[in-house]
Amino acid sequence: MSFMLSQLANISRSPGDPKVIETGPSSLKPADSFGRALGWFSMGLGLTELFAPKVLTRWLGVEGKEGLVRAYGAREIASGVLCLSVNNDYGAFSRVAGDVLDLATLAAAYNDDNPKKRNVGLAIAAVAGIAIVDAIAGQSIRSLHSRKGEPVRDYSDRSGFPKGVGYSRGKASGRVPQDYHATPAAAAASPTTGETSPASADLILEVSA
Amino acid sequence: MKALVWHGKEDIRYDTVTDPQIEEPRDAVIKVTSCAICGSDLHLYHNFIPAMMPGDVMGHETMGEIVELGPEAKSRGNLSVGDRVVIPFTIICGECDQCKRGNFSVCQRSNRKADLAEKVFGHPTAGLFGYTHLTGGYAGGQAEYLRVPFADATHIKVPDGIPDEKLLFLSDILPTGWHAAMQADIQPGDTVAIWGCGPVGQMTIRSAILLGAEQVIAIDMLPERLSMAEAAGATTINFLEESVTERLTELTGGEGPHKCIDAVGSENHVSFSQPDTMYDRLKQITLSENDRGHVLREMIYNCRPAGVISIIGVYTGLVDKFPIGIAMNKGITFRMAQAHVNRWTDDLLHRIEDGQIDPSFVITHKVPLSAGPEMYRTFRDKQDSCIKVMLQPA
Repeated sequence: MSFMLSQLANISRSPGDPKVIETGPSSLKPADSFGRALGWFSMGLGLTELFAPKVLTRWLGVEGKEGLVRAYGAREIASGVLCLSVNNDYGAFSRVAGDVLDLATLAAAYNDDNPKKRNVGLAIAAVAGIAIVDAIAGQSIRSLHSRKGEPVRDYSDRSGFPKGVGYSRGKASGRVPQDYHATPAAAAASPTTGETSPASADLILEVSA
Repeated sequence: MKALVWHGKEDIRYDTVTDPQIEEPRDAVIKVTSCAICGSDLHLYHNFIPAMMPGDVMGHETMGEIVELGPEAKSRGNLSVGDRVVIPFTIICGECDQCKRGNFSVCQRSNRKADLAEKVFGHPTAGLFGYTHLTGGYAGGQAEYLRVPFADATHIKVPDGIPDEKLLFLSDILPTGWHAAMQADIQPGDTVAIWGCGPVGQMTIRSAILLGAEQVIAIDMLPERLSMAEAAGATTINFLEESVTERLTELTGGEGPHKCIDAVGSENHVSFSQPDTMYDRLKQITLSENDRGHVLREMIYNCRPAGVISIIGVYTGLVDKFPIGIAMNKGITFRMAQAHVNRWTDDLLHRIEDGQIDPSFVITHKVPLSAGPEMYRTFRDKQDSCIKVMLQPA
């Protein structure tokens, strides 16, 4: 897919620009790709819940709960946005929290009065399975990007001053060019004499006129 | 040739691509000997900067040897095949009004997609290597070869006998740190607070010391970065362990730093202990804000009245909750820009040669170009105490 897009983008490149011939290893790891797939799944499910809640309420035998399903749809979309962001571990874990909420809601609908009890049972099984997948995905993404447990290197021997800080300190003192002076750059143009205001006499200006 | 190529968010690949070719008389092609991953490459990696296209070659910190020259590059630039050059991240014509004033990062002629940039920025900025189509869409230097437009003006000629490690960072982070210090107008005796101890922050710390700052305060959260800052003589603040405001107040006798420098930019750390960072991240995720403004807010709040704030960290667009009222009433001077690299490189090369500074201290990982995709992830996740990655083609 990406290779095709890069070929398409070549239309806008000039003749001397490099163009992709063959793609190689990527920085994107399977855990991240899977996290994104969960994100798109969330977006799809969320949009369905938001715009076609009756399809779900009818199938689950909970007609009249469309408002609740729409609210869950908005939540699902928020999880999807997080899953598609660079903080996709939070996205996956927000899905786990959503799955728990879904399970609690479905459990309430799993009763003998509900003619679609069997469908609710199927939904509970599906959500429970997805919750496990979400939790594994979140954990995989987090451990991929984590630096926890790694020893921290000490760079206190890297001063960047080969002859010592003492040699370099102030070596460029006074080398800020005139056009880079931020403070009284107007001193030369508008000199003070103290004639009108004694406070303006003997000012300490960093930049000489 | 081989190159690191952008294919989408967090998707950098080690691809085979066609070799770059001379297009204009002022072009040159260099064989890359060393290149690096820059913190601002992460903005592209995260797709926070718009107008990247699949197939774009990454990288704007590059050096190498000239292998091919356009006729005008040869005559105008006193360049020859075989010359050793560092290539700044900014492409410059050297002839426009801005270039003549030393404002190279806003060169008026080098952005070949000026129409696009005008719509976003009002006026175009300079063309940049490997850095979105808003800045020309030029192929970058994380590759075996690089075409250098306006090569006669853009290049920095460097002598033989000095290793790449000491010279490579003339392309960006050393002059960028220097520029940040210059913008802050650091005077002997100043207290300078620097937010961010990544590679640019580290160079800014050294620049402030070279300029004679009496006290340099470095703010970050990563212990390895703070240890590197301390090595140069900086006093450090770990913002996850202590209050930045309380420590700055204590270290400056209640007056605040004379000069504050933002070496963080749009992607500051997000933590529960700093609620505004959570707010910004939420807005960023929902595309209602581009940049996270925590560092800007903290600098404005802590800067001494009539002080100076220098912004060198990259921002991409709109920022929310910007306390302009505090800044105005405190009489703070702001100065900001992408570094005008070529303005500073003569001076900085001499300082390297004199042993006043050796920028190679910042390299924590030196790997082949083929390891680039993996190193993007390592660098982004700050794993293995990674601060700066240097890449070398096979």
